[in-house]
Amino acid sequence: MASTVIPATPAPTTNYLNNGHSLKSWLLTTDHKRIAMLYLLSVTAFFFLGGFFAMLIRLELLTPEGDLMQADTYNKVFTMHGMIMVFFFLIPVVPAVLGNFLVPLMVGAKDLAFPRINLLSWYLYVIAGALFLHCMLNGGVDTGWTFYTPYSTVGSNTNVIEAGLAVFIAGFSSIFTGLNFIVTVHRMRAPGMTWDRLPLFIWANYATALIMILGTPVVAITIVLVAVERVFHLGIFDPALGGDPLLFQHLFWFYSHPAVYIMILPSMGVISELIACFARKRIFGYKQIALSSIAIAVIGFLVWAHHMFVAGISLYAAMIFSFLTFFVGVPSAVKVFNWTATLYKGSITYATPMLYAFGFIGLFTIGGLTGLFLATLGIDVHVTDTYFVVAHFHYVMVGGVLMGFLGGMHFWWPKISGRMYPEGWARLSALFVFVGFNLTFFPQFILGYVGMPRRYWQYPPEFQVLNVLSTAGSSVLAVGYLLPMIYFLWSLRYGPIATDNPWNAAGLEWKTTSPPPTFNFDETPVVTWEAYNYDEIPDVPLEVPVAR
Amino acid sequence: MEHEAHNPALLHHFADAQQQKNAASLGMWLFLVTEIMFFGGMFCAYLIYRLAHFNAFAAASQQLNIWMGAINTAVLIVSSVTVVLAVKAAEQGKRKLLTGYLVVTVLLGLTFLVVKGFEYKEKFEKHHVPGASFNFTEKFDDNGKQIPVNPKEAELFFSLYFAMTGMHALHMIIGCGLFGTLAVLAWKGHFTPGYFTPIENAGLYWHLVDIIWIYLFPLLYLISRHS
Repeated sequence: MASTVIPATPAPTTNYLNNGHSLKSWLLTTDHKRIAMLYLLSVTAFFFLGGFFAMLIRLELLTPEGDLMQADTYNKVFTMHGMIMVFFFLIPVVPAVLGNFLVPLMVGAKDLAFPRINLLSWYLYVIAGALFLHCMLNGGVDTGWTFYTPYSTVGSNTNVIEAGLAVFIAGFSSIFTGLNFIVTVHRMRAPGMTWDRLPLFIWANYATALIMILGTPVVAITIVLVAVERVFHLGIFDPALGGDPLLFQHLFWFYSHPAVYIMILPSMGVISELIACFARKRIFGYKQIALSSIAIAVIGFLVWAHHMFVAGISLYAAMIFSFLTFFVGVPSAVKVFNWTATLYKGSITYATPMLYAFGFIGLFTIGGLTGLFLATLGIDVHVTDTYFVVAHFHYVMVGGVLMGFLGGMHFWWPKISGRMYPEGWARLSALFVFVGFNLTFFPQFILGYVGMPRRYWQYPPEFQVLNVLSTAGSSVLAVGYLLPMIYFLWSLRYGPIATDNPWNAAGLEWKTTSPPPTFNFDETPVVTWEAYNYDEIPDVPLEVPVAR
Repeated sequence: MEHEAHNPALLHHFADAQQQKNAASLGMWLFLVTEIMFFGGMFCAYLIYRLAHFNAFAAASQQLNIWMGAINTAVLIVSSVTVVLAVKAAEQGKRKLLTGYLVVTVLLGLTFLVVKGFEYKEKFEKHHVPGASFNFTEKFDDNGKQIPVNPKEAELFFSLYFAMTGMHALHMIIGCGLFGTLAVLAWKGHFTPGYFTPIENAGLYWHLVDIIWIYLFPLLYLISRHS
């Protein structure tokens, strides 16, 4: 037709990535999406640093003798691994990267409620990280990530105070993220985005944020007291001076047990999004999954003393905490059953994010069920401080959190970068992660059950076969983690250009451009539909979706 | 057109001033929750050790200067009143009155800190500061019977006393800085009846710091004095 005007190449649109290229435009940004990217870079750096220490641990444990390092060095290495992974990776990773990027998009807001506090939270993270690196280069810490007294106050001659200060500051970064999420969810939702239309990722991050603001201050003051006790030789936690180390453990675990839910809940939110999208079904039991997140946050605050069953608490207290620990399994199981029910008769696509979601369900189920073993008083006495515990929490934290994070990164990568990742490589790396993970940690259940204690640099020779398997698995796992970093970077330049909604997914974040403009939506969206209305949306495109 | 003029205090990502105000207010309340949890750890430690080492804690508690504590309590309660009056003045757009109340609040806060300083000085002189020079010979008075107490346990009381009141004083110092800044901004006409959220939120903070003292005073100074 003569009248048709064929547009030349479409005019390049302004989005959050190309809106300013200077370093200053990144370092002084208040755009939640850019801050998410700053977090992505920094948590990835800490992840590989923590992974480096993990490899040192696995290499030392390749042989029964302590031939790679001395006992003191080994103590520092596992402490560095634990502190980095817990405080600088697992706690911030999903909320501060995916949450930061997605919460405003998903509720239809232009930004988080307090963009400058959001930026401040990243700077606090960086300051804390720098302090921790300084502490590490000056000899590190050897208390274990738990800072147990009296060793941390009178025993250890390492940099406990500096490490504690780093954790204290990182805690405030986490508090500010949580505060921002709660206010944003309450006050910034788009018209029509009612509470029962919120995506489950939002519910999960909301529950996480509650734990962040209620729990983190307690660990902050606890660490202050440890530092003060160390400097001024007070006796707050020192039995020789009238204090009580058990009080330290109570205060520490009052935060640090719920912190496990800070790690896992956002990943559970990711899984709900992935399952619904790649099964093309309205999620089964929306309300139950949403409320189970809140239930986990609430009950999670009532189970902390199960870390102290052998520490000398009364039998009756132990029984109550044992019961409550079983009870927190209920909302977790509610989620798993609802995800499985969503899959039933779904039209399932095995795209990479879905592979990670399947991996999550399997690994989290094993991690969760072994948690019930540990909640049982008799079994806990048998396996306390063994590799059984190590395997259990790695199944939840690594098998759970990392599977959720990587699944989410693949799912939202087109939105984040505007490019598609290479699907073949991504599936391969998902396979590496799953196989490598199980090979690394499943032998540790057996090792722990037959009596190998944690935190030793040597072990009897009969444990060697399982330890070699575990070390071999960790190498496979490392490849599985390096691959995504390489191909994500590759795709930034060479990946096919993504459409606005390559998965035909529901959710407001897919209704804006890829990558989104700085203020997310050209017009404030008005929501008239429920979340996961997949019966009204066409299927996932069979071919890798590419803008033409 | 003119009445549609853009409010300079309205940030771009909010739909309107009301939404911005609601968000800031909720954010402040949540921050106060974190403060309560922060102090809660120390209150928890104090209560547990008070039960565990009752005699020593009661004897040590009676060494605190109840008059200085009472004066400071009164000072803080009055300062909370001036904060409320400042918020009201801001609501009514009375710039000079607002600045005046903010300045008075800062002065009351500084009064508190000075009195606290004298109290700490007294502790140094009586060797009641935990550390190498700590010395405690006072006995627990059990209906006239003088029971000696373990000085280590009394030292624990003073450790917690300094941790709690020190952390509270730090919050007072931050509060004085905050209100001083607000006083300067108020004098420059930064706040209008349509926009005085910072005054309100800083006021919430000040009240919380007050309330923490209202709990500290009886717990540390008073509850061991009944006969």
